[in-house]
Amino acid sequence: MPAPQTVIPLWRDVRVLRILAQVIFVITLVLVANWFYTNLSRNLGRTGIHVGFDFLHLTAGFRISEGISFESTDSYGYAFWVGIVNTLRVIGIGILLATILGLVAGVARLSTNWLVCKMASVYIETIRNTPLVVQLFFWYTATFLKLPNVHDSLELPGPIYLSQRGLALPVPHLTEHFSSWSYFLVAGLVLACAVYVGRRRYLQRVQRPGFPSAWALITFLGTSALGWFLLPRSPIAWEVPVLSRFNFEGGLQFTPEFAALLTGLVVYTGAFIAEIVRGGILAVSKGQKEAARALALNNLQVLRLVIFPQALRVIIPPITSQYLNLAKNSSLAVAVGYPDLFSVANTIINQSGRAIEMILFIMGSYLIMSLITSAFSNWYNRRIRLVEH
Amino acid sequence: MDCVETRMSDPIIVAEDVHKWFGNFHVLRGVHLTVSRGEVLVICGPSGSGKSTFIRIINRLEEHQRGRIAVDGIELTNDLRNIEAIRREIGMVFQQFNLFPHLTVFENITLAPIWARKVKRSDAEKQALELLERVGIPEQAQKYPGQLSGGQQQRVAIARALAMQPKIMLFDEPTSALDPEMIKEVLDVMGELAASGMTMIVITHEMGFAREVADRIAFFDEGRIVEAAAPVDFFTAPEHERTKLFLSQILHH
Repeated sequence: MPAPQTVIPLWRDVRVLRILAQVIFVITLVLVANWFYTNLSRNLGRTGIHVGFDFLHLTAGFRISEGISFESTDSYGYAFWVGIVNTLRVIGIGILLATILGLVAGVARLSTNWLVCKMASVYIETIRNTPLVVQLFFWYTATFLKLPNVHDSLELPGPIYLSQRGLALPVPHLTEHFSSWSYFLVAGLVLACAVYVGRRRYLQRVQRPGFPSAWALITFLGTSALGWFLLPRSPIAWEVPVLSRFNFEGGLQFTPEFAALLTGLVVYTGAFIAEIVRGGILAVSKGQKEAARALALNNLQVLRLVIFPQALRVIIPPITSQYLNLAKNSSLAVAVGYPDLFSVANTIINQSGRAIEMILFIMGSYLIMSLITSAFSNWYNRRIRLVEH
Repeated sequence: MDCVETRMSDPIIVAEDVHKWFGNFHVLRGVHLTVSRGEVLVICGPSGSGKSTFIRIINRLEEHQRGRIAVDGIELTNDLRNIEAIRREIGMVFQQFNLFPHLTVFENITLAPIWARKVKRSDAEKQALELLERVGIPEQAQKYPGQLSGGQQQRVAIARALAMQPKIMLFDEPTSALDPEMIKEVLDVMGELAASGMTMIVITHEMGFAREVADRIAFFDEGRIVEAAAPVDFFTAPEHERTKLFLSQILHH
């Protein structure tokens, strides 16, 4: 007997209601967007502002002291590009260093060594609970600008010079012997590949775990070192920064602004990453460690084979949002006068009056950088996820 | 008080006057126990009596503070080499299975042989297949622990412990976390293991298993072994009041 056909009134039919909710949402969205747009265009029309991007070709007329070379005769568009490169430089180095610092501090806070544990705790709690902009001022005005005058620079082994003009490091450059050394490099590379393949095959044949890449690396380094000693003069020389009348010349130089911003971001983000790392390790159940110990694995093996692969799954998503925070916080560069994209864009706005276009550019740049970062980490997270069903 | 007599001549685990405190709580108050090679010892007792702590001390998942323990002639001291040697002789099965969720069943079983016993990968894999046959789930080799039932997970855990080729197996309430219909499949594997001559210490409240498989049953209460006897004597003529009370509680319901 077929079930009795009951007619559901439309306003009680969940299938209809579901679609209706969607339709109402879309209509509301369109109305709001329309209101914003008409409002904007009416106001712009009234004040006589025209939105357009032609001004990017105009001459900037200001100088940027940091990053790829920029003259005051270059265009606004190029100035913004210099800002983007400066931002990427801080973000790239910052993420790398903050991750290392965070890992070390996070593991240190779990240490059974009282002093190590307390030091990590004090660092994390102090940094996490004070505003970043205050810390940036501290690093800039109270640390880097309080370094000695450039003529009385602190000299660290290297030689590395620290002064209120920033950090000056030796930089390697190639000499005329480099071309003959490059044959050794190529030979080393070929040998290393051969060793890698051979060692891998051997390990597979005898069925042992091992690290063929380490063997390959040693081969490459060995060959390169041999070449270095055989050549009459070394193929790479260090260009040492030399003090001239006003500042250091040559070598690699970092301004105090860059140093302060980088230090601030790394120390700040590192504290958050440390807590994430600690949480990730603690999230792996005690039973996992006990089971691995009971199987006679040693401490290092327990950490590497059992704890860390599982902790990573918990760590990746929140660590990604810390990377994104670091990227966005880098816009505080304006507080210490580092010419990042936000600070350069500000200058452009002041000179050209093109606020709407530049704000769009700024938001677009951060959006693109953040989306790329999260796309990468989502991909990685999917790759290492646990199989449950 | 040494209430445990050595019935077989060849002791493999010797515990003398073992004490353990958790802070101010005196968990173990002088445990004396000798287990012979090939013996199956079932430990029962109320929760909080220290039975679990005791077997965890045997492979140093907990540290004892007084007394002496020796496993197969190796003294359990703070010497890392002794601890690792003892762990290599002892397999352990936990109440919550504790399989590694990021590794397949196969990798769970081969991990320790490859890294801790330095066995060739192909040998470890061959052995893993044999062990999975033995515990009755060879078809699950490529699955992850999260995809198995509780009973299957516990059987994998037994196979993983056996892969280290231990001389002694410790079971810490291996069926307490299982659904009733899965208890039998795990107990069957343990029974088969006992029949093969493995030395076993099993904490369990499965009295049917104790009656059939155990050589001796030890009753723990308040950090001591109150009574230890062969199953027949233990069930028909318990000596101590505390044992009688416990038995009446778990057998009549």
